[in-house]
Amino acid sequence: MAEVTYLEAIREALFEEMERDVNVMCLGEDIGAYGGAFKVTDGLLDKFGETRVIDSPISEIAIVGAAAGAAHMGMRPVVEMQFIDFVANAYDMLTNYVATARYRAMLPCPMVVRGPSGGYVRGGPFHSQNPEAGFVHTPGLKVVYPSTADDAKGLMKAAIRDEDCVLFFEHKYLYRRVKAEMPAGDHVVPIGKARLAREGRDLSIITYAATVWKSLEAAEQLEKEDGLSVEILDLRSLAPLDDEAIQATVRKTNRALIVHEDTRTGGLAGEITARINESSFAWLDAPVLRVTAHDVPLPYAPSLEDYVLPQVADIVRAARTLAAY
Amino acid sequence: MGERGVRSDASALLSREQLLDLYRWMRLTRTLEERLVALYRQTKVVGGLFRSLGQEADSVGSAYALERRDILSPLIRNLGSMLVKGATPVEILKQYMAKADSPTRGRELNIHFGDTERGFIGQISPLGDMVCVMAGVTLTFKIRHEDRVGLVYVGDGATSTGAFHEGINFAAVQRCPLVVVVENNGYAYSTPVSRQTAAKQFVDKAIGYGIPGEQADGNDVLAVYDVTKRAVDRARRGDGVSLIELMTYRRKGHAEHDNQSYVPDGEIERWERENDPITRYVARLTGEFGFMSGDIEGVDERVRRVVDDATDVAERSELPQALDALVGVYADPPAARPLWFREGSSGVVDVHERADGWGTFKTSNETH
Repeated sequence: MAEVTYLEAIREALFEEMERDVNVMCLGEDIGAYGGAFKVTDGLLDKFGETRVIDSPISEIAIVGAAAGAAHMGMRPVVEMQFIDFVANAYDMLTNYVATARYRAMLPCPMVVRGPSGGYVRGGPFHSQNPEAGFVHTPGLKVVYPSTADDAKGLMKAAIRDEDCVLFFEHKYLYRRVKAEMPAGDHVVPIGKARLAREGRDLSIITYAATVWKSLEAAEQLEKEDGLSVEILDLRSLAPLDDEAIQATVRKTNRALIVHEDTRTGGLAGEITARINESSFAWLDAPVLRVTAHDVPLPYAPSLEDYVLPQVADIVRAARTLAAY
Repeated sequence: MGERGVRSDASALLSREQLLDLYRWMRLTRTLEERLVALYRQTKVVGGLFRSLGQEADSVGSAYALERRDILSPLIRNLGSMLVKGATPVEILKQYMAKADSPTRGRELNIHFGDTERGFIGQISPLGDMVCVMAGVTLTFKIRHEDRVGLVYVGDGATSTGAFHEGINFAAVQRCPLVVVVENNGYAYSTPVSRQTAAKQFVDKAIGYGIPGEQADGNDVLAVYDVTKRAVDRARRGDGVSLIELMTYRRKGHAEHDNQSYVPDGEIERWERENDPITRYVARLTGEFGFMSGDIEGVDERVRRVVDDATDVAERSELPQALDALVGVYADPPAARPLWFREGSSGVVDVHERADGWGTFKTSNETH
């Protein structure tokens, strides 16, 4: 079977789920006739028609709210944020309305909010963000952020079938850079399960999305230059977190480095560190360290963006520091 | 759209039973709220209490224009709409008293609850959001070719929100079968309409969305029914969204604690004296419609009994069990786990002996 890109994998999932379930519909800006800013939804309109693939006004509050209302009525809406940065406009609707609906009103809200996320693309402050932490912090929402093409497809299918709202972060740096052969048949990756991206003995890198690939590169270098055996855990799901997998790798290697592209303060690395302290302090041979972006809005110029975001060299340096404890 | 007198009003087709029904819903709304005031003063209402005194006609008349299969989204002052749609007095009382068997099992306050089967979806506190949600509900009706209509209430204040604008615009573009009712009751908490908008009237906003708008006397229950019925019929025909502005007046504060110090002297009393929706309707019932005062008193008596019985039932219910707080955030997992410091005696302090150094710390100022 031919390899498909991360972006095509997401599109495959949308096609398959819309074919499987007549209640699945797509809603977003420029997603129909134009096929989406990144062409993720290209071809959906022709295949499924304009009642199921809806080009919306520039109204993130309305499309997220309307998706919630449609979900209450039994639809399975998939909402595109043209760039995930704009999900901030719908923050109230997601956190106050959608996230609480089941708990406060016993109203199911099965829907997906998806969109291109992340940096390393010279997108500047409003086309590069990683706003996952605020949603992970909100009870009632699920959050996934795949790093591979096959996980992108399998998690999208799981997200569409989930009984609750799933925020689906798609890393735009990976859209056309990573490829995989799609597993045959109905390929669904369960939400809440991490993936061991690389096995190792000496230290664990816990990460997700684009920095999985940076970490893999760093691990190769560390093995070659330092003889270090690095294990890499790709979280895939950020809410819920796979505590079992985190514990297993930390208790195996006794050293943990958390890497993410999001800014540092209030980022997920802090939460994961706290969980490791609570569950596995006695197993640690070194403090848990973090490699993250600096706490600044993401700048445009290559020299600036590269400085702010975590790079392979940063991960290598942090891993050496950790190994030396 | 001054067509009054030319068109034939739908209310002319209401049966005598239905005319009295409208009165019964308004009376039940007021009596139930009066009972809630008593319970509030006895501290049996856990949170705040929100009255719709003087606005009963706009809730009841508009909800009455819907069919059973239609869905509305009420606001904090639409108790009457919810009752018409099948919410029961005992549910309302249990909800205010935070009982375990209240519609939200003690999770939400006051009349923030819904039931899609009976056709009402509970609001949340951020205003305007429900316009977007109801756009999605009615979009689904349209996609599925269902013969159903949605109605959403917003106050004068909520028209200033982004959600109101985005929701009504989206619904208008999609030609959703949705009726948007702006209840202009003069105040958003303490803020008068003059500080809310520079528009002369809210109904003018319809032009900007390319939809018809109509204004009506919100304290005339039959006028409310008529104007809503026209919009509902349009929506049902597939002609899309309408905006209705109902002119009414909030005679109580935002909530029971609000002393209304911002209201000009005499304003409340004037509305009470000259424009009470129930007094006005009773005058029509006993005047042009020929009901006897005994008919009215009979309704009052039945309503009082219903509210008394509901109060007895609601008061007997228990508060929720604490652990239910962790249930139902997600379908899967069905419940969150209690945090370790709430679980039995597995904490470190319980299982470790006290270290010798504990309790011996002295600051430098403390000398012996």
